[in-house]
Amino acid sequence: MQVPLSWYLVVAAALFCIGLYGVLSRRNAIGILMGVELMLNAVNVNLIAFWRYVEAVRATMAGQVFAIIVITVAAAEAAVGLALIIAIYRNRHTVDVTEADQLKL
Amino acid sequence: MTANFFFNLTWLIPLFPLAAFAIIVLWTNRNRLLSTWVAWIGIGLAWILSWIIFWLAGYHAKYLTASVENYPVPLFSTPTGSTELQVGFQVDTLTGLMLFMVPFVCLMIFIYSKGYMNYGTQAVDSRYSRFFAYISLFACGMLGLVVSDNLLTLFIFWEVMGLCSYLLIGFWFEKKYTDPNRITPKQASLKAFLTTRVGDILMLAGMLLLYIQTGTLTFKEIFSTEVLEQLATTYAFGQVPWATVIAILIFGGAVGKSAQFPLHVWLPDAMEGPTPVSALIHAATMVSAGVYLVARTFPLFVAVEGGTQLAVVAFIGAFTALFAGTMAIAQNDIKRVLAYSTISQLGFMFAALGIGAYVAAVFHLITHAFFKALLFLGSGSVIHGVEHGHHHSEHGGHGHESPEGDLRSGGFDANDMMNMGGLLRRMPATGWAFIVGALALTGIFPWAGFWSKDEILADAWNAFVHGTEYGVAKFWPIFVFAMLALAALLTAFYTARLVFLTFAGRPRTEAAHHAPESVPSMTWPLIILAVFSTFLGLFGMPWASRVYSLLGEYGTIMGEHIPHGEFNALVAGISLFVAGLGWLFGWLLYGRKPLVEAVDPIEKPLGPVYTLLKNRYYIDQLYHKVLVRPVINLASAAYAFDDRVVIDPIVDGVGRFGRWLSEWLKKAVDNPIIDGAVNGVGRVTTWFGEFMRATQTGQIQNYLLVAVVTILFLLILFLVRT
Amino acid sequence: MSMQHVVFIILSAIALIGALGVVLNRRLFRSALFLVLSFVGVAGFYILLEVELLAMIQLLVYVGAIAILIIFAIMLSRQAMVADDKVLNEQWILGGLAAVVLCATLVYVLVQVNWPVVEVTVPANSIQRLGESLVDPNGFVLPFEVASVLLLVALVGAVIIAREK
Repeated sequence: MQVPLSWYLVVAAALFCIGLYGVLSRRNAIGILMGVELMLNAVNVNLIAFWRYVEAVRATMAGQVFAIIVITVAAAEAAVGLALIIAIYRNRHTVDVTEADQLKL
Repeated sequence: MTANFFFNLTWLIPLFPLAAFAIIVLWTNRNRLLSTWVAWIGIGLAWILSWIIFWLAGYHAKYLTASVENYPVPLFSTPTGSTELQVGFQVDTLTGLMLFMVPFVCLMIFIYSKGYMNYGTQAVDSRYSRFFAYISLFACGMLGLVVSDNLLTLFIFWEVMGLCSYLLIGFWFEKKYTDPNRITPKQASLKAFLTTRVGDILMLAGMLLLYIQTGTLTFKEIFSTEVLEQLATTYAFGQVPWATVIAILIFGGAVGKSAQFPLHVWLPDAMEGPTPVSALIHAATMVSAGVYLVARTFPLFVAVEGGTQLAVVAFIGAFTALFAGTMAIAQNDIKRVLAYSTISQLGFMFAALGIGAYVAAVFHLITHAFFKALLFLGSGSVIHGVEHGHHHSEHGGHGHESPEGDLRSGGFDANDMMNMGGLLRRMPATGWAFIVGALALTGIFPWAGFWSKDEILADAWNAFVHGTEYGVAKFWPIFVFAMLALAALLTAFYTARLVFLTFAGRPRTEAAHHAPESVPSMTWPLIILAVFSTFLGLFGMPWASRVYSLLGEYGTIMGEHIPHGEFNALVAGISLFVAGLGWLFGWLLYGRKPLVEAVDPIEKPLGPVYTLLKNRYYIDQLYHKVLVRPVINLASAAYAFDDRVVIDPIVDGVGRFGRWLSEWLKKAVDNPIIDGAVNGVGRVTTWFGEFMRATQTGQIQNYLLVAVVTILFLLILFLVRT
Repeated sequence: MSMQHVVFIILSAIALIGALGVVLNRRLFRSALFLVLSFVGVAGFYILLEVELLAMIQLLVYVGAIAILIIFAIMLSRQAMVADDKVLNEQWILGGLAAVVLCATLVYVLVQVNWPVVEVTVPANSIQRLGESLVDPNGFVLPFEVASVLLLVALVGAVIIAREK
């Protein structure tokens, strides 16, 4: 445990923010989805780092379980999201989210 | 049931007819029979109560030596500034006598009115119920006046009668005549009201001065010795004491109400009203209210030794008596002759008061009421009959109209005696009752008028011979006597003329030929009044005058000595002689050879004098020219000036200013500020809307960015805080 | 500066460069590949943190399933991809700014906090323990089951949504 916890956390934060940038700024729906995956990964890193450095003393596996669940959710979400994107693509022949602007008054 | 019990009910007397008025106006207006009975019951109850009280007052006066019922009962008082005005009623022998006469004569007239207003026939007057309401209100006014214990309520009831007089004279206000010189009821009622108003103003002035000087208007207090003393000794201006000023002013009111010269002009024209009105108001009650007023305030007149107020009264009275008599002989309208006769007789009464013959004046007042009412009602009956006869002959059927001549009957005047003649045969009951009245009026023994008129003449003579108690200059009474005697002569003459023209000879027109006798509701009052006219005088026979016994002691209580009218054979002889002479002339001219044509035999001999008399000395025209026209012109000028120079510019100015102001406001305020504000709001809203719309991009990434930024913001905020 | 540090730095470089590649690349396919790289980097982190099982799961699921899935989807929407001249949307400046600021803030905070670190060794039978806790009624059986249901639902949902009518 020579690497300080904060390093992991910083990397996770950086990863998260990069993913956030991807979500906020990319046009392509699949690109956005990839950004989301990055963010989830960052979260996982965070969780495991904390588990390893703080929680492990109690010998519960909470951190790992949490991370596994996150991965599960990420998978489900990716599947559904991509299915949606394909469905939209079939309808509109575009995956550009700027053209999907009906969510307004 | 003591006397006091009834005396305490005196205030009810005027309330019965007042209630009748209210009931008719509010409820029974449409039902004629009910209205008639309501009015009859109202006056009937007043009459019964009045006679009870009269009898009790007289009874007490005779047998109670101590105090005659000078019974003022304060009802309530109104606080007015520094003093309080007492309102109450009063019963004494003078009131008692008035209460004897007024409700009874009113009752007779009320009964007569039913037939006169054509109840039950096709020609029934359209405002029948209203008539009964008015005369009930009038009766309330007169009765209230008589039982008042202070000048204020007296004046109030005085004015009520003035109002009713206006309403009743102008009762047929829609009547118009073809002859433009003939006065219409509408004009006549206004004339009556305004002329009596002049008198009322003088009276009001007198009352105000009295109040200022003494602080009270109640009779009992005014006639106390201290107050009279004060009024007699304090001077208004120069050598003239307050008592004189006030008395003359109050007499001014009597001059107006009792149609004495120079305010006599309204009474003859008041004959435009229905005949019961003429009988009620202008013979029996209202005009005698003036005499009553002077009689009631008599202590004020005699307060000053040798004061001029009595002389003024006497002179005006005597002059009017003669003056009116001269005009009566040239009138062809039956009612106008009687009107002038009334003015003349009232002059007699005032003359009597002026020379101190208090008892004689009141006595004559009472008897005159009876026979004058009789005469008026009789004339009404005659006119009614002639009208019916006219329609009978004109239309050959029953086309009844309102009794007096009007436009619709093609100018046929049923009042004109020249259209009558020979009516004694056609209308015997009316005729004989009328003749009784005529005998009473002219003062033929033993009818009532003889006793009362003779007493006046006797007192005048005695005053001349023995001097009055009031220090009036010695020669005054002889003038009075002479004028009154001459007036009596004229009275007999024009009365005889009246009787012969109407009832003697042959009918001069078809109308008179067909005139029917009147219905019983009209003839019975005539008969009853005729009986009174015959026998009433006996109560005033000088040697056993009941009237004197009633009033004399009242006078004693008042502290004045009323002269007892001793029977003077010389005067009685003169009075009978004069009356007989008048009748003789009348018979010679009109009775011996009853007129066949409608030409008056005295017209030619008198010539221009006749014209002068017929036109009433042109006094009406004079008043119109000197008083009425200028006022009307002034009013028109003022109106025109006001309207065109004052009001129009103001109104236009206001209008223009308003327009200018609104335009300016529009430019300065409305457009920039309000429109600006409204438009501004719109613009801001639009801009804001557009601005806000930008947030609704529909793009999720935008929303997400916003969320992220918000979280970031909060994060940094927390960071900075800690 | 021990071996761990160096490894850490290399791994973080891989992960971060992979991430940057994902978000900055013009071509979508290459982004997907960079995504795989990033996943691998993260898997390396797991190994460094002595949770080997998770590293394997990461590789299997993320790289083996999700990344493949993404590539499938990219392939299936190729038409639009060719005319892909615009990568960024209108708000990329703000987005970038927000991300940078957020990163800065987080880093600032994370560095300063005194984390309650505990020195402990990972138990040898951690995998066994993990398995037990997943099915232990007092443990995490419920989330485990719910996650299963979630996967089922997602499967069904995805099939329905992407179905050809």
